Amino acid sequence: MTAFVVAAHYLRETFRHKFVIVFGVVQPALYLVFFGPVFTGSGVGDWDVLVPGLLMQLALLTCGLTGFNIVFDHRFGVLERLRVTPAGRFSLLVGRVLKDAVLLLVQAAALLGLALAFGLRASVPGVVAGLALVVTMALGLAALSYAAALTLGDGLFAPVMGTAVVPLLLLSGALLPMEGAPAWLDAVSLATPFRHVVDALRALFAGSSHGIGWAVLSVGLFLAVALPLATRVFNRENA
Amino acid sequence: MIHAKALTRTFKGVPAVRGVDLDVHEGEIVGFLGPNGAGKTTTLRMLTTLLRPTSGTATVAGHDLVADPSGVRGSIGYVAQGGMFTPPSLIGAELLLQARLHGHSAREARRLVGEVLERVGLAGFERRSPASLSGGQARRADLALGLVHAPRLLFLDEPTNGLDPRARAELWDHIRGLRTTIFLSTHYLDEADALCDRVLIIDGGRIVASGSPADLKRDHAAATLDEVFLTVTGRPMAEAAA
Ligand SMILES: Nc1ncnc2c1ncn2[C@@H]1O[C@H](COP(=O)(O)OP(=O)(O)O)[C@@H](O)[C@H]1O
Ligand SMILES: [Mg+2]
Repeated sequence: MTAFVVAAHYLRETFRHKFVIVFGVVQPALYLVFFGPVFTGSGVGDWDVLVPGLLMQLALLTCGLTGFNIVFDHRFGVLERLRVTPAGRFSLLVGRVLKDAVLLLVQAAALLGLALAFGLRASVPGVVAGLALVVTMALGLAALSYAAALTLGDGLFAPVMGTAVVPLLLLSGALLPMEGAPAWLDAVSLATPFRHVVDALRALFAGSSHGIGWAVLSVGLFLAVALPLATRVFNRENA
Repeated sequence: MIHAKALTRTFKGVPAVRGVDLDVHEGEIVGFLGPNGAGKTTTLRMLTTLLRPTSGTATVAGHDLVADPSGVRGSIGYVAQGGMFTPPSLIGAELLLQARLHGHSAREARRLVGEVLERVGLAGFERRSPASLSGGQARRADLALGLVHAPRLLFLDEPTNGLDPRARAELWDHIRGLRTTIFLSTHYLDEADALCDRVLIIDGGRIVASGSPADLKRDHAAATLDEVFLTVTGRPMAEAAA
């Protein structure tokens, strides 16, 4: 209940600064416009292969970096103020994470709309299922991002996380499918949940359910690690 | 309202607060006076459940600090030393969230927000951002955050730090008019003198004297709290900052 109050508050705040929402979609949209025509013309695949990757890019860039929001709350004493209320610390975390999930859904819908205009044709139930998968994964991503922000602090969060999302994005095969990768790179890639999610998204967009089991399993494992870890960081007294 | 015994807190083996005993009664304004680094903020953060005491016990607003932190949080308000807004936020929205987290319905929370803004002299400031306020107004907005749920006990950490004399006097008037139990820290001797029913002087993590400003001055044959501090610690407060 409290988590919804927190989520609603931060959603209102975010929608008040509309540029934040637009800003998150800019990079994937640029890839759609300037990389999409090259990608689809290269023979690697059509829009239904590229767009799932851009959804992963969107999730990594928005939810993966959302911890930046808490850096200021921490610095300006907002976090302490919220902690001197009876609201549980877990609901304070979950509320923020829910906000990020809703925001991602809005941004993903905008990106998909743009992709349709560019020529994306995909299975509708597949896209819906794919969105559900990405958003669920993003819950863990956002939680980890907040934990990282509280652990790394003001100075380190932006450089460390800004750098970390690049290899995660490349390893997920979002920009180019991993089929052509050497075995070692493929193995590293398969060790991240993001790769399984991208593979499953591509299958779903094409109307198949190939690899869904692996994706659901890896997202489940990812959440099982990320949420307790972030909760621990949130419960730390000086976080 | 507050009964603390032998509260102690060390940071990585370095003691910041060394065995503080204190009692605050209902309706009192009690000042916690001491130089920078004396341990005021650390004590307040322990009493507001933000820091776990290394040792010692306390009951705050009828709830045990360690056994029932959530009960403590539900009964107190806290205004931190550095303020509690991010600059681009909206005062009304933040107050509303604060009231909601204290368990009030959306409707009740809206009423409380209007009321508290009136109480601190910021009626109609809901859509303003803290960045657009003067120093004194910003401090009163912070005060509103600590007060919005009408707590029985209010903690203020250096409420007038950095304000000009006029804004300070104005804030004192607001604090006096609150009619709730208040425990406030300050390093301003005139503030302790003008505002507090009782003063606890803290130095080096220990309480070195306590009493009403009048009693303290009388007992130490001093004209001002400055002289009391000098008599008790052997050095003037202005030089004592750690
Ligand atoms: N989080 C912390 N980690 C390490 N030392 C701290 C921390 N907080 C306070 N201290 C130390 O504890 C002492 C008391 O600090 P504080 O309670 O902030 O004093 P005051 O509020 O009276 O100025 C100081 O020496 C300060 O450096
Ligand atoms: Mg202090």
